[in-house]
Amino acid sequence: MITYEWLYLLAGAAFAVWAALSAKDGRWGNAAFWALLSASFLAGSHLSDLANGVLVLALVAIAGLGGLKRSDPPTTAPQERTAHAERLGNRLFLPALVVPLTAVAGTLLYNYTPLGETGLFEARRETLILFGIGVLAALVGAMAWLRPPLMAPAQEGRRLIDSIGWAAILPQMLAALGAVFALAGVGDIIGGVARGVIPEGSVFLTVVVFAAGMALFTMIMGNAFAAFPVMATAIGIPLLIQTYGGNPAVIGAVGMLAGFCGTLLTPMAANFNIVPAALLELKDQNAVIRQQIGTAVPLWVCNVLIIYVGAFLLWN
Amino acid sequence: MNYWPLAGIAIVVLGFALRFNPLLVVVSAALATGVLAGLDPLAVIAALGKAFNDNRYISVTWIILPVIGLLERYGLQQRARTVIEGMRGATMGKLLVAYLAFRQLASALGMKDIGGHAQAVRPLVAPMAEAAAVKTHGDLPEGARDEVKAMAAATDNVGLFFGEDIFFAIASILLIQGVFEAAGYPLTPLELSVWAIPTALAAFAIHAGRILAFDRRLGRAGR
Repeated sequence: MITYEWLYLLAGAAFAVWAALSAKDGRWGNAAFWALLSASFLAGSHLSDLANGVLVLALVAIAGLGGLKRSDPPTTAPQERTAHAERLGNRLFLPALVVPLTAVAGTLLYNYTPLGETGLFEARRETLILFGIGVLAALVGAMAWLRPPLMAPAQEGRRLIDSIGWAAILPQMLAALGAVFALAGVGDIIGGVARGVIPEGSVFLTVVVFAAGMALFTMIMGNAFAAFPVMATAIGIPLLIQTYGGNPAVIGAVGMLAGFCGTLLTPMAANFNIVPAALLELKDQNAVIRQQIGTAVPLWVCNVLIIYVGAFLLWN
Repeated sequence: MNYWPLAGIAIVVLGFALRFNPLLVVVSAALATGVLAGLDPLAVIAALGKAFNDNRYISVTWIILPVIGLLERYGLQQRARTVIEGMRGATMGKLLVAYLAFRQLASALGMKDIGGHAQAVRPLVAPMAEAAAVKTHGDLPEGARDEVKAMAAATDNVGLFFGEDIFFAIASILLIQGVFEAAGYPLTPLELSVWAIPTALAAFAIHAGRILAFDRRLGRAGR
């Protein structure tokens, strides 16, 4: 049976290669960071919880001390890229499309044909495992088609992962924060407070408070990912799901999108809202946000309605 | 009741607002929350380690980078530029609506780095939108030109935000999965990502309508 462990070996190998290439390049902070992450993937299942915790603290120490830098691995020049693009045309998009196609078509086949009875994949894990298979297929196909130097995918991957830097593990870290919040009973505390404030039994008002909390926390922090574990453990899970029996998938997915509406409204999300105003040399640094208000506000209302209808009216 | 664990939320909010390294903020918040809830510090570190380890699948998605990087080596971004340039000739409204659809579709298929402010909006979409607006409405005052360029940037953001979650192997979807699984609600990525579709359609309808209304408003102001 193929499990997540197989994926972790694959990811661990990728991060190990990036660590080795970083070390060869003399970028020791990057090398240490990716090596620790590789160790987490390869050995995390066999380490004690405390050892994994120390590994997390080490990762954060490297990132917090500014140990990660962008890198500049060998790649093609812009003129070469333009020439390749003209020659290859829209076929360049095909390898990238192999990945979602493999995962979605594979998941449907696995769930709606007798294939699922083979028990090939760990239960409920088939989509992400098929994503891994799709990546391998796309990589092999692209290598056979384009015939780049053997190390090109590793070096190009390093260029991209180094440009993402520590942000690559922020979502994983935020999910861990959510788990610690749950352990410490944060949801119970806020759930108790919210139950006192929101009129008893008002599902719709609770949905409004949840979606508003997502948008507001996102505006304050500039990041919907950070708002999500807070609002999910505070209101989404204890009230909307446990008390009122809503559909978890809708509450999670659309709750996050309500947060994205907040991202459109805040200068704290500088990469999306302030940087482009500078890039475009606009007089008003909030000009992009001004153009987004008219979309974000009605869309937030849509998200409230989608949660209310999808998670409650259609579900019960 | 002990309300002290809520200090963790305050740390997250303050830490992000004060622009500390987000990883540092998140781990500090986790440690503070656990300790204030009365847990032993070593037990909190262990709990954090276990939760980080349990959520490794969120970061598995980066294995796609060698594929994307390889395609970029052979001109993926340049080809995307050609596609965007092919939208030329239309009015500003039609151009930006086409770009919105392109950005949403590409993101939904996992190609969220095709487009973006530095890669596409500044060199292509904003100047093309400005030129199209001038062509239709005649010379525009600088304020109106800035509005057109800002609308181009806004269109990129809306297309990305409300397209990317349809792709299941993306951090936000897997983060939702991780938080819900820790709370005892196991979900699959596809169960979550299909629920991004209604919002994606609403976003397209609302933003496309606003772009077209903006184009008409520029026309009236010009006369």
